Amino acid sequence: MKQALVVARKDLLVEFRARLLLVRVIPFALLVLVLFAVALDSEPLILRAASGLVWLTMLFSTLLLVQRTYDVETQDAALEVLLTSAVEPVNVFFGKLFAAFVQLLVLSVLLVFGAIVLYGATVSGSNVVLLVTIVVSAAWGLASVGTLYGAVVANMNGRDSLLALLALPVLAPLLIGASRATEAAFGSQTIDTASGWAWVALLAVFAVVFSAAGAAAFGALMEPEA
Amino acid sequence: MQPVTTNDTAIRLNDAVVALGGFPALAGASVSVGRGELVALRGANGTGKSTLLRLCAGLVPLTRGSAQVFDVNLADDRASVRRHVGLLGHRNGLYDELTSRENVEFTARLVGAHTRDVEDALARLRIDSRVASTRTRALSAGQRRRTALASLVVRRAQLWLLDEPHAGLDAAARDELDVILLEATSSGATVLYTTHETDRPGRAVPRTLLLAGGVVASDSPRQS
Amino acid sequence: MVSRSTGTTTTRVIGIAAIAVLAWVVVSAFFITPADFQQGESVRIMYAHVPAAWIAYLAFITTGITSGISLARRHRTLGFDRVAGASAEVGVLFMGLALITGSLWGRLTWGTFWQWDPRLTTTLFLFVTYVGYLAVRNIDGDPHRRAKRSAILALLAVLEIPLVHFSVVLWRSLHQEASVLNPDGDVRLDDMMLFTLFSGVVGFTLVFVWMVIHRQRLATLRDLQQGVGLDAAIAARRNEGAAIAGGGQ
Repeated sequence: MKQALVVARKDLLVEFRARLLLVRVIPFALLVLVLFAVALDSEPLILRAASGLVWLTMLFSTLLLVQRTYDVETQDAALEVLLTSAVEPVNVFFGKLFAAFVQLLVLSVLLVFGAIVLYGATVSGSNVVLLVTIVVSAAWGLASVGTLYGAVVANMNGRDSLLALLALPVLAPLLIGASRATEAAFGSQTIDTASGWAWVALLAVFAVVFSAAGAAAFGALMEPEA
Repeated sequence: MQPVTTNDTAIRLNDAVVALGGFPALAGASVSVGRGELVALRGANGTGKSTLLRLCAGLVPLTRGSAQVFDVNLADDRASVRRHVGLLGHRNGLYDELTSRENVEFTARLVGAHTRDVEDALARLRIDSRVASTRTRALSAGQRRRTALASLVVRRAQLWLLDEPHAGLDAAARDELDVILLEATSSGATVLYTTHETDRPGRAVPRTLLLAGGVVASDSPRQS
Repeated sequence: MVSRSTGTTTTRVIGIAAIAVLAWVVVSAFFITPADFQQGESVRIMYAHVPAAWIAYLAFITTGITSGISLARRHRTLGFDRVAGASAEVGVLFMGLALITGSLWGRLTWGTFWQWDPRLTTTLFLFVTYVGYLAVRNIDGDPHRRAKRSAILALLAVLEIPLVHFSVVLWRSLHQEASVLNPDGDVRLDDMMLFTLFSGVVGFTLVFVWMVIHRQRLATLRDLQQGVGLDAAIAARRNEGAAIAGGGQ
């Protein structure tokens, strides 16, 4: 546990220094939101699609972040040093997961605000709790799948396209669940708050399943490529 | 080679073959290293020195033959060996965005060492406070190497595996490194390192293995 | 002595049986079974589509089980891993076939190539997932390492698919739209049609077994060839050392 926090702290410190989130991922994500609006070019349509666009953007941003977090480990072979540092792989997994979670949380809060400002989505006071729960559980789910599949491709050539190919199908339930739940939180007519909470339950199950799977598989995946 | 009892043996390779992408980087190496020994690996480029170190670190799979490190059979279990290993590879394993001190502190926190150990290690490798608070991406090759060595010192591993640790260091740092390695062995650690250094007069020559063609071609004992 | 071919008496028997059964299916599907009173001649796609989908699922179940066994066994045999890989390859092929025949059939009966119904959507995600699995398998490296990584990926896919299916079912049930024509439910099958469909499943299963055995043997031969190459390489490498060290040990 302590080791996991040390790893998380290191990842966040590296991120804070490099400011990748600030200078690249956030602008990228906001740009995508704007481009979606331009492409759809119809205000009712944009409002109806708002929640889906937010989470689709989160999916792509997750890929960017995860690639970065493993680039940092492999560019000077730091991963080998980590492996030979008496660190339990499961602690590396949770450390990296937690650092990714914090960043994705920041990003998704920004994107939800982006949807409110750019797309005219509205959140009534009673739905704030729902929205916060969605954002937290979806960010955790994204971080766990990203960290897990990032480890699968960490030592491979052409890992960027491979990561997308492997992780995006897995993230489909999260995309569906988070989009529908957020739609409910935005006060859509087609879906009520109660169904919104049903979707949050799916998000929570998803997050737990992939955290557990990652904890179990990470050690075997972190073998260096010979 | 002296017969040694199992308990005193740190590394025992028997006809070890390591094939990397079909190429036998190690082609049947046999050697036995006792605990607390200091061993230099020599040989031309591409003779299998680095692969031997990486095999002992549990980082590359054993293709044939047998290999034990601290009584763990590497054919079955490579992960548990890594707990005892401190590795300095060709690359330093540093995080570019962190300062020299932060890199060493990271290792220290992982292994539960004290802040004092970090300062001691930095001082021993003559990393002054200005260098220590500079991001490693801005440091020279020698300074980066010294940072990696400082991390290794705080690591306090039982088995030190160093790939050309002398390369890129100035004369004073090389001498200090030799002292550090000797101290490590006298506190019970086993140290293997590769080197292209020529022997300097007046220095003790450790046990030296000469590698050629992926096998241990000769094994000369320590000379005082 | 290693055989040069991957065929044996068993595979020959399976192969001939597969050809015989499939020949019967073709004859029956085109000439013996009647056209559907609603769908007309297009119903005949069913005899290729349903068996292909069945084989695809059979293949991925096989991959899941053999991957689990391969991961559970500590010892360094690659047999189960090779079967897992071979089965996934054949599975992707048949799933591609099922998706193509399915969308052609859909075009004829529903008027669209694609419907976002839960089964189709899950199948599509399954297809993409196993394409990714094969992409990872194709990366060179230590075979044992690859076996472990692939097995983990296959087991993660086993986790993923129920989640995908469940979420898609929930998604569709909340968005009530025009009910999808269910191709299997809509067709009234007489005995001859059922028998032809059953023969199709048997025939495709024989093809599946035949292909998996061959692919698996091919993978074994490839590993053996690498092993033979390794012996020569080790000898060459040692000689190179002896020349430099002037006699070696």
